Amino acid sequence: MTDILLETQNLNKRFGGLKAVSKMDLVVHPGEILGLIGPNGAGKTTVFNLISGFLRPDSGLIYFQSEEITRVKAHEICRKGIARTFQLVKPFGKMTILKNIQVSALSKSDSVKKAELIALEILDFLNLSPLKEKIAGELPVGYLKLLEVAKALATKPKLLLLDEPIAGLNPSEVVRFMEVIRRIRELGITIFLVEHVMKAIMPLCDRVIVMHYGEKIAEGPPYEIAKDPKVIQAYLGVSYA
Amino acid sequence: MESRKITLLSGIVALAILIAIPFFGPSKYVMHILILVLLNMLLGQSWNLLGGFTGQISFGHAAMYGIGAYTSTLLYLKLGLSPWIGMFLGGLLAAFYATLLGTITFRLRGPYFALSTLATAEVIRLIAQNWDTFTGGDDGLSIHFEIAPRVVEYFIILGIVIATVLVMHAISISRMGYYLSAIREDEDASRAIGIDATKFKVLTLTISAFFTGIGGSFFASYQLYFNPHVVLTVHTSMQMIFISIVGGMGTIIGPIIGAILLVPIAEIFRVVSPTANLLIYGLVIVVVMRFMPEGLVGIGKRLFKD
Repeated sequence: MTDILLETQNLNKRFGGLKAVSKMDLVVHPGEILGLIGPNGAGKTTVFNLISGFLRPDSGLIYFQSEEITRVKAHEICRKGIARTFQLVKPFGKMTILKNIQVSALSKSDSVKKAELIALEILDFLNLSPLKEKIAGELPVGYLKLLEVAKALATKPKLLLLDEPIAGLNPSEVVRFMEVIRRIRELGITIFLVEHVMKAIMPLCDRVIVMHYGEKIAEGPPYEIAKDPKVIQAYLGVSYA
Repeated sequence: MESRKITLLSGIVALAILIAIPFFGPSKYVMHILILVLLNMLLGQSWNLLGGFTGQISFGHAAMYGIGAYTSTLLYLKLGLSPWIGMFLGGLLAAFYATLLGTITFRLRGPYFALSTLATAEVIRLIAQNWDTFTGGDDGLSIHFEIAPRVVEYFIILGIVIATVLVMHAISISRMGYYLSAIREDEDASRAIGIDATKFKVLTLTISAFFTGIGGSFFASYQLYFNPHVVLTVHTSMQMIFISIVGGMGTIIGPIIGAILLVPIAEIFRVVSPTANLLIYGLVIVVVMRFMPEGLVGIGKRLFKD
């Protein structure tokens, strides 16, 4: 029986009349790269928001390392070891890149000085060191996407939720990012990633979950779900199934 | 490192000048203006901790100011308690009010939080105006003899300002200071990296209120008379905001410069044309927000870059 790092059971969330997430059961295994795909509006980011404590589910349960975290607050969830990035990047605009990462490291380190050392290490790991004194608000989106990941890494997560990390990047940036994701996995961090870009999902993910209108419609290795008629139908319409 | 040394040096020089001034025999009026400048520096610093550093704009700091004034004065008038102890208690009561306010409004963000601070401050003002058996109502409260000579009052407020600046500086370089900046920049992102934003917002509101309350108590024991229209109005709250915004939000120097500049200007206008005061204030705010949102400190930084 493979280990379970994160598990959701019958997760439900509606916004008014709209069922954003419906009866979601999913499992994340330690060490894997799990993909979450689906057409726009399928509920992927909502799932992330529910797991990371930014939204409360209407019903259902979430377990992390066998501990129930369903209604735990966002900052507590981070401290427990789940970090997330945001689809629309949220840098601390007036601070330098270094300070952005340093403050992210602070909640899990003893001092401002030690947090700075951690930040410098992460900058190095992501090849961002030359930019460390740049003001975040002045950088283009490619670097800001990396900064999102850097800030998340600084919190020493066991599970990293990446919300569309490569949206808006040019092809060479995409390749570089995929390499970064692989290297993060090599560090022993489990990755759960939402993405649209199939070219990135297929080679990276061990497993993929497909969502449509809030429900899981398929699950399995990338090559299987790519051929699944339900998945094709969801993306391209009935006539292509 | 160099700019830090310059700042430290200029701080010491400024301090030396401030300590020396009374010994050169300035007039009572000049002393009065200096005391007002220092008082406003204190109020600017405390508002700035919440507004500039943490990004939570409060339009209701008059409530804490007024609570400070009424607390120490009432304790003195009814129980004969020394105004200096009363000042500390005034700060504490203002802090308690703030903790209560923060806990109730902690879910509100941005403009909604600002409005809630304004609304509760107005409630405090109405209480002070209407509970006239206790607070003296619209007539306010007066203390019928001088609590301390003007020079002593000057050194007291100077001491308080120095203490406040030291506290603010300590916070800004500490872990808490980093957290506050993160909350200001992006509250959601700050939560995502493990910061309990709610706790720190309430804590900052409380600390800010403590110093504001002390300011109110000091004012009461210096001016020896006040009423709700002096200490509990929106205008009072606005004054603290102007000092921080014009000087430079989110910096320690900002409110210092803001007070030095705005208090004498306000005094000039008070003498020349009291109604022009508000008009000019409004204009200044618009100009500053449009052209130099980082205040005078921002302009200074830009000048020194070139």
